[in-house]
Amino acid sequence: MLSNQAQFFAGVRAQLPILLGTMPFGLIYGVLAMEAGLPVSVALGMSIIVFAGSSQFIAAQLFAEGAAGLIIILTTFVVNLRHALYSASLAPYVRHLKPAWKWVLAFLLTDEAYAVSITHYRTTTPEAVRGSNDHWYYLGAGLTLWSTWQLSTAVGVFVGAQVPDSWSLDFTLALTFIALVMPTLTDRPAVLAALVVGADGLPYNLGLIAAVFAGIAAALAAETLGHAQQAVTVGAIHDLPLQDPRLPDLNEGED
Amino acid sequence: MDMPTLWIIIAGMTLVTFIPRLSVIGLMNREMPPTVARALRYVPPAALSAIIFPALFMQDDALALSPGNERLLAGIVAALVAWRSKNTLLTIAVGMVLLWILQAV
Repeated sequence: MLSNQAQFFAGVRAQLPILLGTMPFGLIYGVLAMEAGLPVSVALGMSIIVFAGSSQFIAAQLFAEGAAGLIIILTTFVVNLRHALYSASLAPYVRHLKPAWKWVLAFLLTDEAYAVSITHYRTTTPEAVRGSNDHWYYLGAGLTLWSTWQLSTAVGVFVGAQVPDSWSLDFTLALTFIALVMPTLTDRPAVLAALVVGADGLPYNLGLIAAVFAGIAAALAAETLGHAQQAVTVGAIHDLPLQDPRLPDLNEGED
Repeated sequence: MDMPTLWIIIAGMTLVTFIPRLSVIGLMNREMPPTVARALRYVPPAALSAIIFPALFMQDDALALSPGNERLLAGIVAALVAWRSKNTLLTIAVGMVLLWILQAV
């Protein structure tokens, strides 16, 4: 087994490429927060303790429009509700940890840290993780992202106003998510989940959660159907048996 | 808004962000039901796509499917790069450079 330190730095390394997408995003948030008239301490404080990029973006815009505090908090809640799904997804792998660990890891649970950690955890099983130190990997990934977010926010707050809009730096976020999502499309139900979400009227806020549930439901239905036809997916995760090549393909000539 | 009000709003945002993040991690003490565990396998593709699709297909709050939508074109190429290379840095670099080229022509 790797030492705690080795796990931690493996998590740091896994997070590094994603930082290229996070840094411009943090910078733009810093600029937006200043344009919204937020004091420097509040702009930086939001990054330190809220630590949720998309909702910070929206909050900065709402502050600029002079929205009521309660509206800003409610919007933040709706935008960040998807993290409950990440929490559910990671829960089996951190179930054995002490509450203090769970709280720290939950605080660091962003889209990017989730993507990196779940990819790591899926190379193993919840049973094998018990008693292991894989949570140090998650901590390394999460803290790397948190630190980078603070640095890039500060750059945006103090020098960012000189970055012109025409650089379209906000697009790095979408590109980061594209890089994260493609490796998860390992089988047909997963592809279906992604497509159903996309076809669901280009979701936003509450619609986003509904679309995600629709995507997952479609994938489950496809998976169940796939099992019935013995047409089991390729490259599936550990709980799905790979198709035995000796079995006749019942789908043959049907497509 | 004065400073105390701002900080109360930030504290509220922190709370409503942290609660969903902690939710299942903090509460779960038993094995997950198998169907739930199966469903959770599809959280990454579904949730990440929910963020990507609007970023590529929407321009100024409207659906934009024309070739004039540079972000859609750059995003599709970036997706191909991500699929073939599984390389995050390369995906971001190709996507950004292509977007700049498309916006320049």
